[in-house]
Amino acid sequence: MMTLALDLGWGSTLAIKTLVIMLLIPLGALIFGWVFLFKMMAHMQSRLGPMDSGGFHGWFQLIGDGIKFMQKEDIFPEKADRRVMALAPFVVLLSTFLVFLVIPAGPRIVVEPLDTGVFYALAVSSLSVIGVLMAGWASANKYALMSALRAAGQLIAYEVPLVLAVVGVVIQAGTMNLQGIVVAQQEGAIFGWDGIGHPFVLTQIVGFALFMIAAQAELTQPPFDMPVAESELVGGYMVEYSGFRFLLFFLGEFGTAFAFSALAATLFLGGWALPGVHGGTADALGPVVVLVKVMLVAFLMFWARFTYPRMREDQLQSLAWKWLIPLALVNILVTGALKVAF
Amino acid sequence: MSEFYRQYLAVGVFVIAAFGMVGAMLGASRLIRPTRPQQDKYVTYESGSDPHGGFGQANVRYYIYALLFVIFDVEVMFIFPWAIDADGLGWYGLVEMTVFIGVLVVGLAYLWRKGLLKWA
Repeated sequence: MMTLALDLGWGSTLAIKTLVIMLLIPLGALIFGWVFLFKMMAHMQSRLGPMDSGGFHGWFQLIGDGIKFMQKEDIFPEKADRRVMALAPFVVLLSTFLVFLVIPAGPRIVVEPLDTGVFYALAVSSLSVIGVLMAGWASANKYALMSALRAAGQLIAYEVPLVLAVVGVVIQAGTMNLQGIVVAQQEGAIFGWDGIGHPFVLTQIVGFALFMIAAQAELTQPPFDMPVAESELVGGYMVEYSGFRFLLFFLGEFGTAFAFSALAATLFLGGWALPGVHGGTADALGPVVVLVKVMLVAFLMFWARFTYPRMREDQLQSLAWKWLIPLALVNILVTGALKVAF
Repeated sequence: MSEFYRQYLAVGVFVIAAFGMVGAMLGASRLIRPTRPQQDKYVTYESGSDPHGGFGQANVRYYIYALLFVIFDVEVMFIFPWAIDADGLGWYGLVEMTVFIGVLVVGLAYLWRKGLLKWA
């Protein structure tokens, strides 16, 4: 990887990195779907599901399901707006795809370390709301429309605490560049003690909690899954989709879960940083370290998903506006005051 | 081309790549999936009963939150530049930011008091 980056020009390096991301997103979604949805939830809730295909714990089941979905007929309802409906899954996956541009996996393993890193990542991650609205509106289905409007209301309500939670990290790191934030965590010290660097989760625990709650809502996962509440809306904005287009929404869901876990791991757990590991070794170990941290964050996320019951729509809105946003603002001011004082 | 534009050109490449990835997956699916047109397949799904009406009308009870969102999202844009250099701007910057956030919190408190955050 290192020598490749040195020898090749900018164009070919970008092409290789893009191809890696193109493989990484379906693979990441597949791993998340299998490990968390098929195995962790199954064992937590004592409903094992398919355990035979492929041998070990039914590892082939999800791939088999994907192949099955590929063979299904592509159906658009008569009244639907075909073009908008066909385009919606593209927009949802585009928003997931763009986040991975800035997430670093090593001192030099990153597609583009944009200076506006955090800002950019959160901005593109909220593009998915457009895809969801397109899907719900174009389906010409009452359930789908209601679901899309719920999703839009939810995504914009939780976008604010999500961004505000990150401001604390930016204050501490003094940069929005994700690579810079990781370095700040590796080189930093907690009130003078630099034994393990300075993972921001230790000093930004409020920010971390806010980020995780808001990310949970952005992913429309329980306890915030009213947009896809199957008992009220029979399935949500993707109810009229069939075959592979339907599967694309799930790919988007787990791909976005992957992206948000990676963001949380980078912002709060130090990304590729290990205490005392620098240079080439950090490049070599980086992807593994990031993956371990991502799985750790995702475990917390999915643990909440499989444990809590669904909230009500008005409870969801008041949680965001009456609790999370004021708390996030207080967190910003306290962090700022401590930063200036020390 | 400057470094700045080159970095954002990568964003453009990623947009194309994302569409390419989804397009390739859908294309592969197109090759192996059947097409058997039957009129009944194209009826809107409404839990099994005959659908009536076209696009439904929905009462968007939380449109006011969309307005609130715009206010707070713009606010965030002004907080970030301060956050990057909170150290350098010192107490002066912190007091300024406290006043700025304070004004918005007063606005939020006013809306709350007016009952706009309640389910109408």
